This record gives sequence, C-alpha cells and structure tokens, in this order.
Amino acid sequence: MSVRIELSEDKLIAYLEGELDHHAAPPIRQQIDEAILQHKPKKLIIDFEALSFMDSSGIGLVMGRYKTASEVGATLTVQNISAQVYKVMRLSGIDRIAVIKLKSQMRG
Amino acid sequence: MKAVNQIKLTLPSLSANEGFARVAVGAFVSQLDPTVDELADIKTAVSEAVTNCAVHAYGDAIGTIYIIAEYYSDRTVKIKIKDKGCGIENIEQAMQPMWSSLGGERAGLGFAVMQSFTDGVKVRSVLGKGTTVTLKKVLSQRVHI
Ligand SMILES: Nc1ncnc2c1ncn2[C@@H]1O[C@H](COP(=O)(O)OP(=O)(O)OP(=O)(O)O)[C@@H](O)[C@H]1O
Ligand SMILES: [Mg+2]
Repeated sequence: MSVRIELSEDKLIAYLEGELDHHAAPPIRQQIDEAILQHKPKKLIIDFEALSFMDSSGIGLVMGRYKTASEVGATLTVQNISAQVYKVMRLSGIDRIAVIKLKSQMRG
Repeated sequence: MKAVNQIKLTLPSLSANEGFARVAVGAFVSQLDPTVDELADIKTAVSEAVTNCAVHAYGDAIGTIYIIAEYYSDRTVKIKIKDKGCGIENIEQAMQPMWSSLGGERAGLGFAVMQSFTDGVKVRSVLGKGTTVTLKKVLSQRVHI
C-alpha cells in the first residue's frame, strides 16, 4: 500500500493505492499527517480510486485525518469511493464529518 | 451436514498475515464461484476477525491464529477464526458499534462490519483462554449457461 500526496493551491490531495488494513495504516497515517501539518491546507481530499481493499482500519484512518485536518482548520472530502468501501464507511457515520463522493458521482 | 471441502490455516498473529489470511480464505471460497461482492464481503469480514486476533488477543506478544474455512453443498461457507489469547470480558459490549477497548485509531467497528457483511457472526470467548469467531455466509445460486 502507498500514498501519493499532491498539493494544489489550498488543497492537499492524498491518493491511496493498494490494500488498506491495520498492517498498512501506520505509515500512511504518518505521511498524510506530516503533509497536513507542514502545508496547512484549507481542504484535505483523500482519494480512493486506486484502493482495492479496505476494512475498519480505513475508517480509523479517515477519522484520524479528520482530526488532524480540523487542527489546521481544513475540511475533509473523501472521493472516488467504491460501492464496497462505501458499505464500510456507511457504518461509521463519517458522512457527518466529511463530504463523501462515490465513484459513480465523480463522472460527468 | 458434512462439509464438501475444508482448509485449516495456522499462522502467527503478525499484522503482515492479515492480508495473507483474507486472500487465502478468498482463494478457497473462489472454488464456489462467488460474486465479486460476496467475495469482497468475505475477505473484509475475515480481515476484521484476524486483525482482532493480532491487535487484541495477544497484546504486544505474538500468538497463534487458527482458521478453519469450509463450505457445504448448499453453498453455505463457514469460517472459524480462533485465538488462545486474553478473551473478551463482555461480548455484548464488545460487539456494540463504535465500542473499542483500545484508543488510538480503532473505530470499534470490526464486529459491526462482520455482522453487516455476513449472514451470521457467532462469538465464543473465555477470559484468559481465548476467543472463537464463526462467520457464516450463504452464497447465491449461480446459473451457468
Ligand atoms: N480476538 C479478540 N480477543 C480479545 N478481545 C477482542 C477480540 N476481538 C475483539 N475484541 C474486543 O472487542 C472490541 C471490539 O472489537 P471490534 O473489532 O468491533 O473493534 P476494534 O477492534 O476495537 O476497532 P476496529 O475493528 O474498528 O479497528 C475490541 O476493542 C476488543 O476489546
Ligand atoms: Mg477490530
């Protein structure tokens, strides 16, 4: 699993790739947090397009990044969410703290 | 009813084995030609149960995780994930969504995921002895042309 971080103006976009589980989460968490604290964006966007698996550890990762983003006053959007990942997210009430954009909503 | 096929896996509770366990069980279940969603559901539920063995059962130590997966002629899949770790004091509370005994970034959603992604979750646990989680999933009938 890996994360690629892109900055554009006041946006910080973290592109996740691979399988996000308890084993993979710690270095991803650290890289995204470092980037948030260093660049203090207005918007944090986590992109799930290239993510092939996620379990509840992914929820922990998103909620944790929401906290870090809040510390610098940034909002959180999670985008390119597959139907399978959405089934996990739906259980968590993440939609109350973040904007969720499903894969199907991203096109057109 | 007798299982048509069965596998047993024994592995150390290293976090690196979370991925291996779900992929191995997924490969076994693939013999039944499940739908993409059914397979993803099973892998996610197995990942939750195995991760719990790695995170909670043995504390900072490394113990053993025992997995038995089997399927029946009616396309029922049963997966037993067992540890000989600390056990769960209050199973009802543990299965409550958003409840976690650990801080950090645990969402407390593992059991909720297992429940919503399968057709049945049974938990047996004895404090100081260990925990067995049994997941059941009934696969849809597939029509082959
Ligand atoms: N195999 C186990 N051995 C001992 N305790 C367990 C085991 N599995 C679960 N538990 C207990 O049940 C609680 C709830 O488990 P659950 O998987 O729902 O949440 P979590 O693991 O804390 O968080 P998450 O799965 O969202 O990362 C755990 O916090 C732990 O106290
Ligand atoms: Mg868990």
